[in-house]
Amino acid sequence: MSGRHEIEASEITEMVYELSLKANRILPEGIKKIIRDARDREKMPLAKQAFSDILENADLAEEKRMPICQDCGLAVVFVDVGQDLCVKGGSIEDAINEGIRRAYTEGYLRKSVVKDPLFRRENSGDNTPAVIHWKVCTGGDIRLTVSPKGMGSENMSRIYMLKPADGAEGVIKSVVETVKIAGPNPCPPIVLGIGIGGNFETVALAAKRALLKPEGVRHNIPEYADMEREILVRVNALGIGPGGYGGVTTALDAHIETLPTHIAGMPLAVNICCHALRHAEGTIEGRLSNG
Amino acid sequence: MVKHLNTPLTEEDVIELRAGDIVSLSGSILIARDAAHKRLTESISSGGKEPFPIKGEIIFYAGPAPTPPGEVIGPIGPTTSGRMDPYTPFLLERGLRGMIGKGKRNKEVLDAIKKHCAVYFGATGGTAVLLARSVISVEKVAYEDLGPEAVLRLGIKGMPLVVLADCYGGDIYVSGPEETVKLVQNNNV
Repeated sequence: MSGRHEIEASEITEMVYELSLKANRILPEGIKKIIRDARDREKMPLAKQAFSDILENADLAEEKRMPICQDCGLAVVFVDVGQDLCVKGGSIEDAINEGIRRAYTEGYLRKSVVKDPLFRRENSGDNTPAVIHWKVCTGGDIRLTVSPKGMGSENMSRIYMLKPADGAEGVIKSVVETVKIAGPNPCPPIVLGIGIGGNFETVALAAKRALLKPEGVRHNIPEYADMEREILVRVNALGIGPGGYGGVTTALDAHIETLPTHIAGMPLAVNICCHALRHAEGTIEGRLSNG
Repeated sequence: MVKHLNTPLTEEDVIELRAGDIVSLSGSILIARDAAHKRLTESISSGGKEPFPIKGEIIFYAGPAPTPPGEVIGPIGPTTSGRMDPYTPFLLERGLRGMIGKGKRNKEVLDAIKKHCAVYFGATGGTAVLLARSVISVEKVAYEDLGPEAVLRLGIKGMPLVVLADCYGGDIYVSGPEETVKLVQNNNV
């Protein structure tokens, strides 16, 4: 529907607040299901125990309304905003940060943001600013996805500037190498977000967006779907297992997101996420204004 | 099978442990991470006195989430131990008995664990609420000005841990994946 749509900035704050609490406390059912499946496949006793502990932890966190992990992450927020939407009473960015501030202080979530990365690593005290990724689309609604991302797995993520001649095998080898180097550090079992194409900065974002794809759903292009399957087989053959204790499941899932790229390049980004793949999303529908 | 252990851990306790053992630990442990390690090591190296005795202690590398009302402590899971590697051989030399964390250690640390008959425990990453359940008391020990990085003493009951590296050079991060790969290969034959 065309015409101007309106919402109040405070509605965004309220939704970001709710989504931040939900994402930190409740592991999505789809993730729990693939963890349960992995536990049932596991033969090593220590690995089985680790999977059971992870599942019990998720249930306990939900029951006690506590965060699943003490690292409540950088607050990554994806915003899909309709170009017909007018936000009244403040900027969208300020409204998002206010929602994060309230959720992290009132919800007993750990604040892990330092203002300066090198010399004055002083905590901002309220986990702001959020990392915000914008997409402008048609319509008069705003869609918000809050995805807290811990640093343990972020630290083990990598970018490669591959050559076109490296082909699918070059991509797969690089992904397996990334997981091998990471070993136990990113809190396996992990989920892999893989961006291919674009340029230096967009490939990383594609990898991050890939992490939000639904569990167990393969890419709609058969060649990429086959690569996702092959990556899972070869990564899991490393035997790293949950906690790095050894086991047949190191990666629970792998998703590829592609972008058009330059004739001379094939960037690759591998964003590792731990099993606490936290995200919650919601939409605010703009009200058609009379003005 | 779970091995139930109480602190302080003796040398006799430690020599019984092997990488891969599941341990339920009770007693008392310290919490210290990046900034506390740096300050502790610098102060002792420059001739200062230990602000708290290190001998026989176990240090958990962790930074808990805030404590909600009615709870003893907020969710508390391990942070990546490797960042403490530069300070660890020095502390092991001074009698540190054990560490709790996650992730690989460097060769110097693994060698020092062997040399000083110590143990490196793992707590499974992503089980912070489960770990918090085993904490029965919290007490401030030192460096309160470091805020979330201050040194704390935790009373614990049945904390679920895994032996990652033992005093014989055993390392689950090496042996676990190796064993899995072997198991899978044998099943395929």
